[in-house]
Amino acid sequence: MSEHSEQSGHVGHVVPVSTYIIVFILLMMGTALTTGVAYIDLGRWNTVVALTIAVTKMMLVVLFFMHAKYATGLTRVVILAGFFWLGIMITLSCSDELTRTWEIVPQGWNMIVPFVSRLF
Amino acid sequence: MWVFLVTEILFFGGMFTAYTIYRALHYESFVTGSHLLKVKFGATNTYVLICSSLTMALAIRSAQTGKRKGQIIFWLILTMIFGALFLGLKLRFEWYFDYLEGIIPGVSWAYSGAHAPGVKMFMCFYFFMTGLHALHMIVGLGILTALVIMTARNRFSPQYYAPLEISGLYWHFVDIVWIFLFALLYLIGGRYPGS
Repeated sequence: MSEHSEQSGHVGHVVPVSTYIIVFILLMMGTALTTGVAYIDLGRWNTVVALTIAVTKMMLVVLFFMHAKYATGLTRVVILAGFFWLGIMITLSCSDELTRTWEIVPQGWNMIVPFVSRLF
Repeated sequence: MWVFLVTEILFFGGMFTAYTIYRALHYESFVTGSHLLKVKFGATNTYVLICSSLTMALAIRSAQTGKRKGQIIFWLILTMIFGALFLGLKLRFEWYFDYLEGIIPGVSWAYSGAHAPGVKMFMCFYFFMTGLHALHMIVGLGILTALVIMTARNRFSPQYYAPLEISGLYWHFVDIVWIFLFALLYLIGGRYPGS
């Protein structure tokens, strides 16, 4: 980044102060909204709303404060890879942990067992 | 820097995953535990951290546009003040009252209400997650101190401000972690009567 800038003589994208202020106001409003909504009975939707607002706030911070909106493709791939791995970790861990107590094996699976056992 | 932040995503992500699974397994305990936390302090600290992210972004912008070093230092110090305010509120108004109330497992534990073992586990999650977050904040304050010194020594210019930029990424990342901690520990599942 720094070498590139020094050679070409131009700086990274300068975000207007107004953009920062708008993002800041949206983040403050999001916090007030998520706090307020928690006191309203929405059933299981409370969880969905809280997480949706948190993800939206995260997107605002990543895109504007962390300049991801103005970043190169490589940087964006790295960011997406991080969230993709996080997704793998959460999905696989949950699918393992939350299905351990399932004892009944579907009928079709029993037919696979003799086939698989012949492979080893 | 983003590659380091990916490792940090997975570091905190491990705890978020564990939290999700144990919350699914011990739902009532985690709701009871969550209601022991004070939303007003969590929300206040969220506002404080968002302010610190704005001032950090403005510090970087000042360097980008070649403003006087006094202006960069002003925004950096303001960021540090917000960061210190976050830690101060956390210690003085949250953890201290948690200590008095006896809901810190292993240090001060006096809770004997419903779902006591599960609530203890929730509080363990709470203190590990917020504790590691606070540790990241303390590291961030150290980085900001170094940045103030570097700025004072005229190390930055519109052509070279990478240390400010990547420190900013770290600071914003820590802000994002808190956004999720606030939602997951304080708010999730609702705080209305009977929730």
